[in-house]
Amino acid sequence: MTTYETYEPYEPHKVAGGPGTRALSDCWTMTRRELAHWARQPVRVLVGLVFPVMLLLMFAYLVGGGREVSGNHVHHLVPGVLVLTMAFGLEGTMLAVTQDLDKGVIDRFRSMPMANGAVLVGRSAADMLQSALGLAVLLAVGYAIGWRAHGGVAALLGAVGLLLLFRFAMLWIGIQLGMVAGRPELVQAVQILVWPVGFLSNAFAAPESMPDWLGTAVQWNPMSQTATAIRDLLGNPGGEPGHLWAAVAWPLALIAVFFPLAVRRFARLSG
Amino acid sequence: MADAAISVEGAHKKYGGTQALSGLDLQVTRGTVHGVLGPNGAGKTTLVRVLATLLRPDGGRVEVAGHDVLTQAREVRLRIGLLGQHAALDEELSGRQNLEMFGRLHHLGARHARVRAGELLARFGLEDTGRKAVRHYSGGMRRRLDLAASLVTDPEVLFLDEPTTGLDPRGRTEVWTAVRSLVGGGTTVLLTTQYLEEADQLADRISVVDRGRVVADGTPDELKAATGGDRIDVVLRDAGQLGAAVALLPVPAEGVLVDPDRRLLSAPVTDRMAALSGVVRALEAAGIEAEDVALRRPTLDEVFLDLTGGDERTTEAA
Repeated sequence: MTTYETYEPYEPHKVAGGPGTRALSDCWTMTRRELAHWARQPVRVLVGLVFPVMLLLMFAYLVGGGREVSGNHVHHLVPGVLVLTMAFGLEGTMLAVTQDLDKGVIDRFRSMPMANGAVLVGRSAADMLQSALGLAVLLAVGYAIGWRAHGGVAALLGAVGLLLLFRFAMLWIGIQLGMVAGRPELVQAVQILVWPVGFLSNAFAAPESMPDWLGTAVQWNPMSQTATAIRDLLGNPGGEPGHLWAAVAWPLALIAVFFPLAVRRFARLSG
Repeated sequence: MADAAISVEGAHKKYGGTQALSGLDLQVTRGTVHGVLGPNGAGKTTLVRVLATLLRPDGGRVEVAGHDVLTQAREVRLRIGLLGQHAALDEELSGRQNLEMFGRLHHLGARHARVRAGELLARFGLEDTGRKAVRHYSGGMRRRLDLAASLVTDPEVLFLDEPTTGLDPRGRTEVWTAVRSLVGGGTTVLLTTQYLEEADQLADRISVVDRGRVVADGTPDELKAATGGDRIDVVLRDAGQLGAAVALLPVPAEGVLVDPDRRLLSAPVTDRMAALSGVVRALEAAGIEAEDVALRRPTLDEVFLDLTGGDERTTEAA
């Protein structure tokens, strides 16, 4: 015979903790939910980690063609792939958001006395964790194929910080776009668009080699600012001093726009 | 109204380009099951979403468990449970993971959330589901878990939006049994449905909703009595004589339903016995053979058509 501990009846006015404690607890519960999804689908997480590595190896050995891999090319390439991976994170976030919104469970969350933004916090915590893991894997693989950082540990950590800041900006754009799109099918359109936007940067090509108007567009791409700044920090070719402020300011500006938009949109969401 | 668990006065909501609620009024007494009955697009789901704080009404006053849905949304959310049309569950997680998550989000604390999840799984016959993800559940199991999830806190007011749509008869009976068992516990239930039988079976009172307004309100019996009272059904041997029979009937021609497939005509009557003998005599005199003549109360179907769809009715009689 199974016995159950007695459940004490729920009394709304006796809920434990203040608003702050409850909000933190909600954020943690929602982050745990995302991690539980990882545990359910380890293959999906693995594919997410392997895809950028594949990109790196493709560019290093296939697109790089005749060029010597251990030479200049790989030093220019690795920071580019790092930035591109952060940018592509946008579509992952967007897809996850549309898939979530498509499900009725969001209605249940929204009809519960929980902190409004906790669902979004769970999403961002999981995505940032996945991106940090992705960066670690990419750095390790880059090291294995001959890439080196020359700026010391502090500079390397600074570069990782800039990359994650950029990813955080992409995250909130992805959340907002995901809510605007509303349906998983529309994500495909963005998945296609992310490629030209990603390549319209100095991640792989030098803007000097492009027509003037294109070169200007490329230099204004926030991705290019981050790429130039981390190349400078890592002592890799293509780096230029003086881009640090832009690599910080661009993501912050994007976050300042998209974070409130996304939170507001989520609060007013009506399915 | 002091004993109203739900109080709606003149609710308006424009939604998706249409006026989904246009001045809807509704009072639901504590501890009762209230059926909201209406055709597709009548505004039932919009009403539930407004009550559950998922949509903001454009106008009117909406109170649930004594709190305003606009200004006291949190107070409302502490006291409600929602079973929507589509399963509001995390399909990737197990039933237990779902229930524990909802318990924690209701701030029961980790231990209570776990205990409560175990209780609910046992109560809804889901304790053997183990780690199985909800997306592998059958429709009936999913619905039961969904219902369990809306009961994590023993809510004062429970909304059931078409709870049995898409379920097989067995699943439907399971949900009905669960709903009946709740009412004993003092929970107020607002149930929307397109199934008249469901409203008849479960609801203490019914509000018939059409085009965003309540067009009739009462107990199932009151509603049946309000529309035309008794009816007489006549089944003929030959469907070809239906037209002639309608002309002969000693009752007003409007309100007569004709169903050629069943060789049936059905008419509202006021004086039962006079109508019965009158019909039998008239048919005999005209030499029209009847297989069956019967007096009966109207079904809720007829009440419903009468109240909401004058159009359907003419089509049927044509």
